[in-house]
Amino acid sequence: MKWVNLIMLDIILGAISLGLLWAVMTVGVFITYRVLNIADLTVEGSIAMGAAIAAKGITVGLNPFISTFIALLGGMVAGLCTGLLHTRLKIPALLSGILTMIALWSVNLRIMGKANISLLRMVTVYSPFEKLGLDKTNSIILLGVLCTAGIISSLYWFFGTEIGSAIRATGNNPHMVRAQGINTDTTIILGLVLSNGLVATSGALIAQSQGYADVQMGTGAIVIGLASVIIGEVLFGKKNFYTRLISLVLGAVTYRVIIALVLKMGMPANDLKLFTAVTVAVALSLPVFKQYLAPIKKSVKGVE
Amino acid sequence: MLNITGVSKTFNPGTVNENTVLRDVSVHLKEGDFVTLIGGNGAGKSTLLNVVAGVFNIDTGSVVIDNSDVTSLPEHKRAAVLGRVFQDPMMGTAANMGIEENLALAYRRGKPRTLKWGVTHKEKGMYRDLLERLELGLEDRLNVKVGLLSGGQRQALTLLMATLKKPKVLLLDEHTAALDPKTAVKVLEISEQLISDNNLTTLMVTHNMRDAIKHGNRLIMMHEGRIVLDINGEEKKRLTVEDLLKRFGRASGAEFSDDRALLS
Repeated sequence: MKWVNLIMLDIILGAISLGLLWAVMTVGVFITYRVLNIADLTVEGSIAMGAAIAAKGITVGLNPFISTFIALLGGMVAGLCTGLLHTRLKIPALLSGILTMIALWSVNLRIMGKANISLLRMVTVYSPFEKLGLDKTNSIILLGVLCTAGIISSLYWFFGTEIGSAIRATGNNPHMVRAQGINTDTTIILGLVLSNGLVATSGALIAQSQGYADVQMGTGAIVIGLASVIIGEVLFGKKNFYTRLISLVLGAVTYRVIIALVLKMGMPANDLKLFTAVTVAVALSLPVFKQYLAPIKKSVKGVE
Repeated sequence: MLNITGVSKTFNPGTVNENTVLRDVSVHLKEGDFVTLIGGNGAGKSTLLNVVAGVFNIDTGSVVIDNSDVTSLPEHKRAAVLGRVFQDPMMGTAANMGIEENLALAYRRGKPRTLKWGVTHKEKGMYRDLLERLELGLEDRLNVKVGLLSGGQRQALTLLMATLKKPKVLLLDEHTAALDPKTAVKVLEISEQLISDNNLTTLMVTHNMRDAIKHGNRLIMMHEGRIVLDINGEEKKRLTVEDLLKRFGRASGAEFSDDRALLS
């Protein structure tokens, strides 16, 4: 009995470590989806791009932290492309994201030179922590916590500044923002750059934790990001901006724990994406269900 | 203060939907002028306001605000010298942000945005004082999200935002049309107060003839993209709705046909 519990603990710790890395990406998705009110598909390409850049950097002998930083810059450039397509060339946001995503597929293959790169036995951002005596999972958790804490505090600060407020208002009401003398093209581009920078960083961290980068690893990433955002909002609330940011991390971790548990319970791994898509579809349609249920609830109350 | 000269605008030129909304319109406002702009549906009133705000490009003519030609400036650059309130109470504010955050965005109109804190402590006191004067009880709800306010409260807040940083021209685009009559009166009172306190040059579009006559020192009536009446000073003070209808008929050769304007 005791070793069964230990295996469960292991699975859950693994899920938490993965969740923390995906939380960085979730924050990125939150910036576009909730703050800017844009469903940005660039993330599917930029997460793989982050992984590709970090893996390539590490295999050519760069410091893993520097490689991860270059991945961040790469993601920002990807966001800039989508932003320019959308604002300057007036291509709808969804399509702009798809265009960049498709282009990044080729770019990522160019960066890596092949479809995947193994990072086995390479020095990664987790190596310094392992040297301190932590095992792999705990190293990932520690770095994940440090990263997400740093990102949450800087974003909390940033979205409280004049520029940050302008970005938040843009997603709310672009007419009003222009009437206040702010160029909404600039705020949209800034948001996309920031978001994809975070997503690519997440990709870099994930690649180093799993020991390889793969050109396919972005497929379905947007749905996982949305699932995490929504789970976080439903379970942990969205009272103010600070709690919203924290709920993103908790949402991403919860998502991974749920996935680990359903896999443990025997769901075939191939059905994972179907499961995620259905979860997101249900979560997104909750307001509609609530609307249908409201009159029923009222009539039930009326009888009492 | 505001010189609109020879402005024409046609939407969708060369298509079946071609629609000429402004035909060689010229209006000149002196500093402190409060002009009410009235006309039926499709007369071009709101379009004229959007021309000043720079929402779209014009085909001919020019717009000069305080001796600087803004004809080719985009909307967000002109905003530095303009205050705007829209017909739809949802349009003027950011619903998911607090009252103070909305005011803070407006307080920085025309200034480059930096990484300084978005709302400073000093501002909050100023916003509280200004909101107190509106007598809507908003002064104690600085952190409340604007989306939770009523249409009238949102419109009053938008007015305050539009005048927070004194604009060279204030543009009011039927800003009471979506409100119930009682609230509309209150919002018009607030407008009148803010305009006279700051001696603002104002262009107010309205559907309501009584409002157009009651407010401002000058009344302009438009019809089919042209200005057909321009009544000033003492003459405007003596004006009645009946006079206005008669003079409109003579000037345009048409009957004034806007039930909304006549019934209200």
